[in-house]
Amino acid sequence: MTEAQLQNPSIISVSNVIKRFGRFAALRGVSAEFDAGRFHAILGDNGAGKTTLLRTIAGLAQPTEGKIWIFGKSPAEACRDIGYMAHPSLLYDEMSGMENLRYFAQLYGIAGDAKCEEAIRAVRLDPELTRGVGQYSQGMRQRMSLARAILHDPKMLLLDEPFSNVDVHSAREMVGLLKGMRDAGKTIFVVTHQAMLLDGVADEFVWMESGQIVDRTASAAREHGGVR
Amino acid sequence: MNSLWTLTWSTLVKDIRLEWRSKDALNAMLFFSLQVVVIFVFSFDPLAEESRHIVGGLVWIAFLFAAVVALNQTWARELRNQVLDAYRVSPAPANALFLAKAVGNFLFVVVLQGLMVPLFVVFYNLRALGPAWQLIPIALLGTWALVVNGTFFAAMSLRTRSREIMLPLLLFPISIPAVIAMVAGTTAVLTGENSAHFYIVLLLTYDVVFTTACLGLFETVLHAE
Amino acid sequence: MKPLIFPILSIVTVAALAYALIQAMNAPTDALQGDVYRIIYYHVPSAWTAFLLFAINFVASVNYLARATPSRQAAVKWVVIGLGIVGIIACFLPQVQKQLTSYGMRPSAMATTVLLIPAFYFLVGWLFPGDKLDMLAVTAAEVGVVFCTIVLVTGPIWARPVWGIWWAPGDIRLTSTLVMWLIYVSYLVLRRFSSSAQTQMLAAALAVFGALDVPLVYFSIWFFRTQHPQPVIGGGGTMDPRMLHVLLINWMAFLLFTFLVCWSRFRLEMLHREVEQAHAMESMGGARASSKTSLPLGRSSQ
Repeated sequence: MTEAQLQNPSIISVSNVIKRFGRFAALRGVSAEFDAGRFHAILGDNGAGKTTLLRTIAGLAQPTEGKIWIFGKSPAEACRDIGYMAHPSLLYDEMSGMENLRYFAQLYGIAGDAKCEEAIRAVRLDPELTRGVGQYSQGMRQRMSLARAILHDPKMLLLDEPFSNVDVHSAREMVGLLKGMRDAGKTIFVVTHQAMLLDGVADEFVWMESGQIVDRTASAAREHGGVR
Repeated sequence: MNSLWTLTWSTLVKDIRLEWRSKDALNAMLFFSLQVVVIFVFSFDPLAEESRHIVGGLVWIAFLFAAVVALNQTWARELRNQVLDAYRVSPAPANALFLAKAVGNFLFVVVLQGLMVPLFVVFYNLRALGPAWQLIPIALLGTWALVVNGTFFAAMSLRTRSREIMLPLLLFPISIPAVIAMVAGTTAVLTGENSAHFYIVLLLTYDVVFTTACLGLFETVLHAE
Repeated sequence: MKPLIFPILSIVTVAALAYALIQAMNAPTDALQGDVYRIIYYHVPSAWTAFLLFAINFVASVNYLARATPSRQAAVKWVVIGLGIVGIIACFLPQVQKQLTSYGMRPSAMATTVLLIPAFYFLVGWLFPGDKLDMLAVTAAEVGVVFCTIVLVTGPIWARPVWGIWWAPGDIRLTSTLVMWLIYVSYLVLRRFSSSAQTQMLAAALAVFGALDVPLVYFSIWFFRTQHPQPVIGGGGTMDPRMLHVLLINWMAFLLFTFLVCWSRFRLEMLHREVEQAHAMESMGGARASSKTSLPLGRSSQ
């Protein structure tokens, strides 16, 4: 693809990205285009490079070689369009949910409590809760972290293992929330080990192995490796 | 520009609120500072005639150690749940975070000094023979010198092994001119034998140079993985 | 052809060092200090070499940081040019001219020296593109620390018989050298201990801090010393021209040796990085991996 095609504002393109940490290559030349407004699940064994890929797209890691274009912009330029969530909550344990979101809202230049309350309600939590986020259950904490990620209404969500250590019920609830967001037009990337949770919800399953994308399927079942 | 200062202010307020709620570091630091003073009192005889000449050095060494312990926990809360990633991913200017942390550390160390100085005065029977008001600019400029570089190097050492030892290892050599100025300036005022004027100017120059350097390079350090 | 340069240069360097040593041993004896003074022929050239290497490290680090983004690169370029112009103009201002002549320097000579600084910056940037800047920085720092150690060891060895003390705390040259040594050792420690993918950037930032610190160290000790006079190691005053001659010969020999050591270290660093890259890419498939891993020493520069 030409540079101009890679910068197409309706796709996220990863162009021959290599990420090396000393002697170890976490990403060994990943090239792919992802359509906007779709739900992409990224799957693979530990060490396949899923988290590294996600972090590189988010702009948290710099590719050693290669380029990433998000809706035609570099990750740094596209930061307002990106919402990031990982397994650690990215929240301050000693502050309540509203206090946390109020602070993070300021990072995005959002004044007032309205959007914070809206985000917390969107993940089915109560904005009135005053206890510190550190005292939440894991499921609640993940949802509050999701609220933080969607606070500034980003066009794209990047979630790294959002369902690990979460009970099945909460996990299904979260999947439902994400489905709603995809239907509303957001682009969603989820790195997970639990492919079955997303079966029927995700538009595409991207399989990674040893730092490369080896397959892209429409369902969680995969011919060569069997069901994961 | 407006957003830089608003963000600095809200980050600072957030940090103070968090510190107040947990009182993690504050209590431990206060007690540690007290112990440092006591150890110095036992090691360097306060009744000796020469004490007035060395107290400047003792006080600043005590501050230096207290400051390092305080600086080491600058980013502790941000590391706990990888909150730093949330900051990095946002469009917020890196320098707002830096200034907020540096000012927060500054206030924290000044509080510690507020505890330690009266103890030194009491134990060493200190009386300034020179112009005592000069001690204020020396203390403020000197503390900022330690804290601004300390906050920067604390961020740098986040990405290293042996984080707690890297901070003083990086900080001490670079701080030597500031330490010389602080110690010599304080001694000059206490003994009244010299003018501290040059040292104050040196500290001011040091502060300007390194605050500029920190503000210029912090973004690079913040975004280092 | 290329592979021969290193051995030839090595032989020339050994010869130069031997010649310099003979000259040092046969130079006229100092009236006051006796034969002990001869250590100056190792002490002073080591110091000059160390300063030169640290200056190279600073320039390489600034270049490296500037390369991060095109806007930054342009900004730094203009700042450097601006500093050069201001410096040259300053040399010819009446107050500054007076100061310079009192030190026995001509303004035009000073202006030329000032001009060399931006020239040096652009030269280094041009000769060492991209990653090579970082390799140059680490090479210069390592070899600089070695020479700095020599200065710090020979200084007290010299001081003891001459002045009766190992170390004079207020001695400005030795003390600022000690602080420089500490700064650059901390630079090397950072490089070793950093687990970041951006170690090079962090180290470059530290190098800038260190270099900014050096003049401040100098001034703080200088003022401290004027208030508390201390014995001076290294002797002031003018030097017998024959001694100066031998000193310069020794410095030339040292520079040859330094060049050789730096070249080896640089190539070692380059190979090290290639090996790392090859390791990392080994599963990528034949064509890509093999194109970057030809390792004969005589290869032309990339």
